[in-house]
Amino acid sequence: MTDTGERKAAMDAPEAPRSEVGLDARLVVDRGTFRLDVALTAAPGEVVALLGPNGAGKTTALRALAGLVPLSGGHLRLDGAELDRTPPESRPVGVVFQDYLLFPHLTALDNVAFGPRCRGARKAEARARAAAWLDRMGLAGHADAKPRRLSGGQAQRVALARALATGPRLLLLDEPLAALDARTRLEVRAQLRRHLAEFEAVAVLVTHDPLDAMVLADRLVVIEDGAVVQEGGPADIARRPRTDYIAQLVGLNLYRGRAEGHTVRLGTGPAITTTEDLAGPVFVAFPPSAVTLYGARPAGSSARNLWRCEVAGLESHGDQIRVDLTGELALAADLTTVAAAELGLHPGAPVWAAVKATQTHAYPA
Amino acid sequence: MTRSVPRIHRIRRTARMAAAGAAALLALSACSSSSDTDSDSGTDSAASSSSAKLSGQVTVFAAASLKESFTTLGETFEKRHPGTEVTFNFAGSDTLAAGIIGGAPADVFASASPKTMATVTDAGAAAGTPATFVRNQLEIATLPGNPDHVSSLKDLTGSGLKVVLCDRNVPCGAAARKALEAAGLELTPVSYEQDVKAALTKVELKEADAAVVYRTDVKAAGGKVTGVDFPESAEAVNDYPITLLKDAPNADAARAFVELVKSAEGQRVLTGAGFRTP
Amino acid sequence: MTESAAPKPAPTGADPGTGGPRRSRRRGRTVPLPLLVPALLGLAFLLLPLLALVIRAPWSGLSEQLSSPEVWQALRLSLLCATSATVLSLLVGVPLAWLLARTDFPGRGFVRALVTLPLVLPPVVGGVALLLAFGRDGVIGQWLDAWFGITLPFTTTGVVLAETFVAMPFLVISVEGTLRAADPRYEEAATTLGASRFTAFRRVTLPLIAPGIAAGAVLAWARALGEFGATITFAGNFPGRTQTMPLAVYLALQNDPAAAIALSLVLLAVSIAVLAGLRDRWMSAS
Repeated sequence: MTDTGERKAAMDAPEAPRSEVGLDARLVVDRGTFRLDVALTAAPGEVVALLGPNGAGKTTALRALAGLVPLSGGHLRLDGAELDRTPPESRPVGVVFQDYLLFPHLTALDNVAFGPRCRGARKAEARARAAAWLDRMGLAGHADAKPRRLSGGQAQRVALARALATGPRLLLLDEPLAALDARTRLEVRAQLRRHLAEFEAVAVLVTHDPLDAMVLADRLVVIEDGAVVQEGGPADIARRPRTDYIAQLVGLNLYRGRAEGHTVRLGTGPAITTTEDLAGPVFVAFPPSAVTLYGARPAGSSARNLWRCEVAGLESHGDQIRVDLTGELALAADLTTVAAAELGLHPGAPVWAAVKATQTHAYPA
Repeated sequence: MTRSVPRIHRIRRTARMAAAGAAALLALSACSSSSDTDSDSGTDSAASSSSAKLSGQVTVFAAASLKESFTTLGETFEKRHPGTEVTFNFAGSDTLAAGIIGGAPADVFASASPKTMATVTDAGAAAGTPATFVRNQLEIATLPGNPDHVSSLKDLTGSGLKVVLCDRNVPCGAAARKALEAAGLELTPVSYEQDVKAALTKVELKEADAAVVYRTDVKAAGGKVTGVDFPESAEAVNDYPITLLKDAPNADAARAFVELVKSAEGQRVLTGAGFRTP
Repeated sequence: MTESAAPKPAPTGADPGTGGPRRSRRRGRTVPLPLLVPALLGLAFLLLPLLALVIRAPWSGLSEQLSSPEVWQALRLSLLCATSATVLSLLVGVPLAWLLARTDFPGRGFVRALVTLPLVLPPVVGGVALLLAFGRDGVIGQWLDAWFGITLPFTTTGVVLAETFVAMPFLVISVEGTLRAADPRYEEAATTLGASRFTAFRRVTLPLIAPGIAAGAVLAWARALGEFGATITFAGNFPGRTQTMPLAVYLALQNDPAAAIALSLVLLAVSIAVLAGLRDRWMSAS
């Protein structure tokens, strides 16, 4: 959907500054029909989220960073050291796996002490270090518990402690909150944010949840089909999505077209009037809540953007109704349950959709 | 080894045919035995003249050591009496005796020991008195060419040779024991094998330097072992009795088979296999 | 904590304690007949021959049979050899199972089929094959003999080897199955913590698959204890050195069925005692 120039820029960008600290990687993994080619840089203390749909290659990228998947090409430098050929056990990398993978036969303490032991610490020393980490995570009372006795949130913290106990220069988190139920998630997300903020080296987390990404990360790297499609701060990405996937994630209607002043002409379909004065290829976005629906063509409406549509589907969305529309323009509209009832909406019903120009946002593509 | 393959096929084929028409065959043989009467059963039925009168299946239970020679004789018998078929069950004599006493449909029993035969006669399963038709004697089986120059039973003791004997619970082991006692010798083998074939195999595979086995086994092994006679073997001669069974389904043909075994021709085949005439 | 907040249905007659509902459900369920009947038939089929052995045992002469030192010698040798064969199987069989389950190499399926071959091979043939390989004149045995003066046939070591040959496939199959069922990502997790692949295997995988290894070891031990064909063919039969219980039983059967039954009973009793004892220990450990 997006232009190749964008991808190329994302790929080339890290080649220029060869930083001596932090992460500097271009991960190329060829797997028959699937090819991952992702450039990734991060400064110490930075938290980068790899965001993308299932099968986009996020986890493969993470495994490549950990050394669990060999690189077919590219490079991997961490604090100036080449890691391409370093086996996983020798990389200064800590991993929190999706379902934590705490060793079920070891206590929480021994799970955390495992890494220091493997890296050469004596038993007593390793256990002391592990105890300190558990204490820091607020789990001192659970040191002797086997993983199956821990709640989801506790297990997540033990996994984090285990990954941090080896003093990694790169912390990898694979869907760190996916295994939790909605309630614990809220709480654990806040804790995790605090711990990541304290972490002084690079952290890369993989998620398909935009909220997790926005709350936990300083920077988002969106991956689709093995390639980076957009990169930037959470606010930027939320405001200016560049692919349908991201637009959907952040809940925006997104269109691509050519701007001539205040009018954006879409490739196929109608034009959209915006407040920005632009020229050339642009994106136009507006939230579903900005859409107003009418049963009949409104007389004397001030809205410049008015399209004849048909209801394709209805879905309740909290206290709102999300209406999927087809017709002159495909879009999503949010309206209150009362409004939906008054309009007598049902699949197939003809409606008029209006959006004020001030509610739209256009930006160069 | 290779020679036994066609035999196995033959026996299998026979078994299949038997299974297919067992009832019919039994009926047939019963008919023939009653219609032929007993008028000419004696000597001439055993020879060649009355071949046309014999038919049907003859089932012979015979000691495993008789396998080669009896199979040959079975073929001779079938050739001489077209329409007959000889089916063999070769196994350890004890196993066969147990089967006969248990009611297995057999015509003839040839045992490797009088003691085993006695269990059959004691059970009243034999028709008439069993007759000894061959004797088997022990021999020392050495590696081919006898590289250790074994010439007597004494050479096997204390010479550092690896010798295998049969276990005392099986006939060849009991016989070897008797011979050793007669010679006044103590012999510690490396193993007491479960049967004579196992003992022989150990020499054939060169795991053991010598084994005390039967002459017939040495013969059957061909060039894979070399046999050495020893005088004490006379102390442990094994008589092989044969008998017609009381409940023989095909008594006439069975009687003829027994006669063939005892005839000059039968004895030639048996001595060719290493047996001695009684 | 969150679980207790969920509204708990009040099952009638359930224990008030935790886990009550589950326990009562299990107790209340009846076993379906299409499962129960064949199950009981199977059990009866397995137990009846053993029962017959007990019923027909010459109880009056039993003490006399068992007073023979040869019996205890054979029993001691049986236990020693079966245990040694199990240990040997563990030492090489567990790594072999790991190789089959966790690595990819050309012809792996074929190798796995080869590993199971001793299961289908008649044990006597296995014994002959061992002789041809490790015998005094065998493919490898001739060099063992020439270079080190080692001969394996007719020795206790030979018994252990024969039993290992026949019993190890049981262990390998069992452990490989457990390994395949175990999550290989635990090994990966260990690796990211700095463990070499071997350390990961030793400290993570091994404890995880311990129940499977135990089950495989029991199978192998039981198979080794009852081994007859390969043992007598490869190692021969000499009291105190290579005559294990099954060999003693077989040979006694030739002449003295009563003695054979008595010996079988001893073997049975010891096996049951050992297996039941081990099972209890493992059950409580896991």
